[in-house]
Amino acid sequence: IPFPPKPNPRRLKTLASAGAPSPMASAAAPASSEEAVKAAKVLMVGAGGIGCELLKTLALSGFSDIHVIDLDTIEVSNLNRQFLFRKSHVGQSKAHVARDAILKFRPNINIESHHANVKDAQFNVDFFKQFNVVLNGLDNLDARRHVNRLCLAAEVPLVESGTTGFLGQVTVHVKGKTECYECQPKPIPKSYPVCTITSTPSKFVHCIVWAKELLFAKLFGDKNQDNDLNVHSKDGSSSKLDVFERDVDEDLDQYAQRIYDHVFGYNIEVALENEETWKNRRRPNPVYIRDTLPEAVKQNGSSWDCSNDHEEPSAMASLGLTNPQEIWTLAENSRVLLEAFKLFFEKREKEIGNLVFDKDDQLAVEFVTAAANIRAHSFGIPLHSLFEAKGVAGNIVHAVATTNAIIAGLIVIEAIKVLQDDYKNYRMTYCLEHPTKKLLLMPVEPFEPNPSCYVCSETPLLLDVNTKVTKLKEVIDKIIKSKLGMNLPLVMIGSTLVFEDGDGLEEDEAANYALNLEKVLAELPAPVINGTKLTVEDFQQELSCSINIKHREEFDEEKEPDGMVLSGWSAPVEKQINSNGENKSAASSSSARATDDTVEDPSKPGMKRKLDELLETKENCDASSSAQVVEDDDDCTMLDGNPALIKKKRLQ
Amino acid sequence: GGGGGAEEEELTAQETALYDRQIRVWGVDAQKRLSKAHVLVCGVNGTTIEFCKNIVLAGVGSLSLMDDHIVTEDDLNSNFLIPHDESVYGGKSRAEVCCESLKDFNPMVRVAVAKGDPSLIDGTFIDRFDIIVLSRASLKTKLFINDNCRKRSKHIAFYSVDCKDSCGEIFVDLQNHSYLQKKPGGEPEQQELKYPSLQVWKFNLNFFCRFVEIKSFSSCALLFCTPSLFAPRIRFV
Repeated sequence: IPFPPKPNPRRLKTLASAGAPSPMASAAAPASSEEAVKAAKVLMVGAGGIGCELLKTLALSGFSDIHVIDLDTIEVSNLNRQFLFRKSHVGQSKAHVARDAILKFRPNINIESHHANVKDAQFNVDFFKQFNVVLNGLDNLDARRHVNRLCLAAEVPLVESGTTGFLGQVTVHVKGKTECYECQPKPIPKSYPVCTITSTPSKFVHCIVWAKELLFAKLFGDKNQDNDLNVHSKDGSSSKLDVFERDVDEDLDQYAQRIYDHVFGYNIEVALENEETWKNRRRPNPVYIRDTLPEAVKQNGSSWDCSNDHEEPSAMASLGLTNPQEIWTLAENSRVLLEAFKLFFEKREKEIGNLVFDKDDQLAVEFVTAAANIRAHSFGIPLHSLFEAKGVAGNIVHAVATTNAIIAGLIVIEAIKVLQDDYKNYRMTYCLEHPTKKLLLMPVEPFEPNPSCYVCSETPLLLDVNTKVTKLKEVIDKIIKSKLGMNLPLVMIGSTLVFEDGDGLEEDEAANYALNLEKVLAELPAPVINGTKLTVEDFQQELSCSINIKHREEFDEEKEPDGMVLSGWSAPVEKQINSNGENKSAASSSSARATDDTVEDPSKPGMKRKLDELLETKENCDASSSAQVVEDDDDCTMLDGNPALIKKKRLQ
Repeated sequence: GGGGGAEEEELTAQETALYDRQIRVWGVDAQKRLSKAHVLVCGVNGTTIEFCKNIVLAGVGSLSLMDDHIVTEDDLNSNFLIPHDESVYGGKSRAEVCCESLKDFNPMVRVAVAKGDPSLIDGTFIDRFDIIVLSRASLKTKLFINDNCRKRSKHIAFYSVDCKDSCGEIFVDLQNHSYLQKKPGGEPEQQELKYPSLQVWKFNLNFFCRFVEIKSFSSCALLFCTPSLFAPRIRFV
C-alpha cells in the first residue's frame, strides 16, 4: 500500500455526494453511532495480526454480528502478537479459535467463523451483499484485489488495512465515492531476471533465490521441474548426463563434496569464460572444498554424530553452532552446507524429490543460508546470518502487536463512519514516523475514483506481445492471472470463447481449452494478431476487461523478462528490488553493516541511484516488494476537517 | 535502566522462536533489555490493559498490577481480560483477575499483583521497577509518584494516561533519555532528550503531549502504540 501518495491536483476534489446511500443511512434520521453499530453486519477477512486486534475492538465497540474468514492455522511465531491464540492452539484454525476466545468475554454476540479461502466460490457476490461493511486484515495482495472486486460488485464499502513493523495504514473504499483499492496500482512482487540469478548476482537476495529455487530445488525437489542449473561436468569421461545424480554406492561425503565443487567451483569457472559478461562487473571467485575445508577432504566418512534422533535434524546443532544471529565464516558455511546435505539424505531420505522450501523447516533454512553465503562470498557480496537469510528466503514480514492494535482501532473508527454514511469524514490514515513533524498518524482525504482504473471504471488495456511465438497459456499466467489478478478467467475473442477456467466444464470443452493453451496467439481458432481485442472476464469477481493486442517482435530480456508488456492504466512506480534481508527499518544491532549505498537499477543498467533518493513505501504483503527511504522534500497534503480548505504543505 | 552493561547470555531457542517477528523490528539487543525490564501499572482499566497486553506479548521481564477495586459489571463491559464467569471474577480485584489472564498471554513473563494504594507507595517500593504507568489517578497522586520517580537514584520512567469518551491524554517523563537515532545510509547518531517533570510541565506552555480526538476504545491502543509519540525512536534504557 503506497506511502501517502503524491497528490494529483486534478483529483483533489471534495468527495462526490452522488451515489446510492448505504443501507444504514436510508433511515429517516441519521443513525447514532451506537444504533449503527448495533444493527451492523460486518465481514472480517483475516484473523491474524490485525484480525485478532480488530475482532477484540469490534466486540468491545458493541458490534454483535460478525463473520470471520481465514484459511490459516496457528503457528508459534504468531503468538507474539495474535493474542487470542495460545501455544496449545498451534495447528488449529485461526478463525475458529479467535471466535472462541472473543466469546469468553463477550458471550452474547454472533460470530460466524469460516476456516476457508476468501477466494472460494462460496464467497460470491451474494455472500458479500449481506454485509454493511467489509474489513480486511489480509497479508497478501492477491486476496486483497479479489476482495476489492467482490466489494465493488456487491456495492459494499471496504475498509482496507496493512501493517509492517511500526508502519501501517487504513484506507476506505466506497464504490462511486472513493478510489477502489486498485485505482492506484500496487507494486507487484518483483521477479528477478534469470541471468541475474544464474550468472550475475549482485545482491544477497539473488544468492538466496539461487540457493532456494535452483540448488535446493534441484537436489531435493521435484526432479521433473525445469531447472536452470548447469548440470554438465567438464569431465568428459563421466557418462552421466546430470552431474547432480548420485552415483550408485557413492559415499555421501564424496557426493556432497562433488556437488559443492561443481556449483561453487566448476560452474563459476565456466561462467568466467564468457569475457563479455565480466567487462564491467567484478569477476567471481571459484570456491573449492579443498580450499575452504581442507580437513574435510581427508575425513571422509566421519560425521559429528551428536544428533538426537528425537529432535529435528539440524546442521547447526550437529556442529555446535548455537546463535542464529551470528554470521558464519566461509568455512563454517561450508561445514553447514555439507552437514545439512548429509542430514537430508541420512534422516529425511523419503522426502527427497518432494521437498519444497519452507521457512519453518530448520534444515532447509540452514542449507539455503549456507549455499547463499558461499555464493555471495564468490561474488563479493556481504554474508548474512541465518536469521537474516531466513527473513529473505521466507519473505518474512516483521511485526509487533502495537501497530496492529493501532490499526485495528482506526479500522473501527472508519467502519463507524461508513455505517453512518459520513463520507465527508472518511480518511486514509497512515501510521508512521513522520519525517519532520512529531506525528504518528497522518490522515488524508480519500481521492475520487480513478477514471482509468480497469477495475472500477471501464478502461481498455494494451498488451505488447509477439503473437507468433507467445502461447495463450503464457498470456493467461503472466498477465491475466498474475497482473490482472483474475482467479477463474474466461477469454473471448469476438464471440469465440478460447479459454475458460473453473469447475463444471464438459470433458470435450476442457480438452479443447487445454489445446488452446498450447497454441500461439496467432494460431488460435480466432487468430490473435495486431489490433485484435481480447475480452477477459472473471465471473466470481464480476470483472470484465478488454485488452487490445499490439504485435511486437523484440523484447528486452532484462527489462521485459516476461516477453510481453501490459499498459493502459497509471503504471506502478518502478521500485527498487528489496526485501527484508536487504533493507530493514529494524534497529537490529546485528545488522549494523551497511547495505549498498548505491545500487544498480536493473531497469537502467549502468545508472546508479542512491538509496536515499528513492521513495519509501512499505507494503504489507508478500514482502518481496520494496522498501526505500523517504524523500524529505516530498509534497504531502494535509487536510483538516473542512474538505474545502486544501492546503498543500511542503515538508520542511 | 535494568541490566546495564553487555548482556552475554543469548536468547533461548524458545524466545527466538516466539519473538522472531518482533526481533526483526527492534533487534536482539532491545529484546534482551526488554526481558530485563520491570513494569508497574497502577490502575487497571480499558486503557492500561491494552498496554499490559502489548508489553506482556512483547516479553517484558515482569509486570505488576496495582488495583484493589473489586470487579464490577462496568469492568465487564470494557475489559477483554475479564471472562464473563462470576466464579472466576466474583469478589476479586481487577488486578487479580487481569493478572491471571495476562499470565496466559505469555508464560515467559512474570505477572503479579501489587496490593496497595498508588497515593501511598514509597520510594523503596518503586525502586524495583524501571517503568511506572499510572491511570485514573488524581493530579496529586500523579505529582507524588512522578516526584518519587525522579528522586530515586535509578531513573524510573513515568507515564500517566487517561481516556475519557473520545479524548485521550498521555504524559511521559523519561527524565534524561539518550538513544541512538538511525540515519538513512549513515551511522546511528546519539541523541539526548530532557523531559520536564509533571510539576514543571504543568506550568509550561510548550505542550509535550497532544490531545487526540478519538473514540475511547481505539484510543487505548493508540496511546500505548510506541513511546515514539514524542521522540523519533525511544529505546529501552
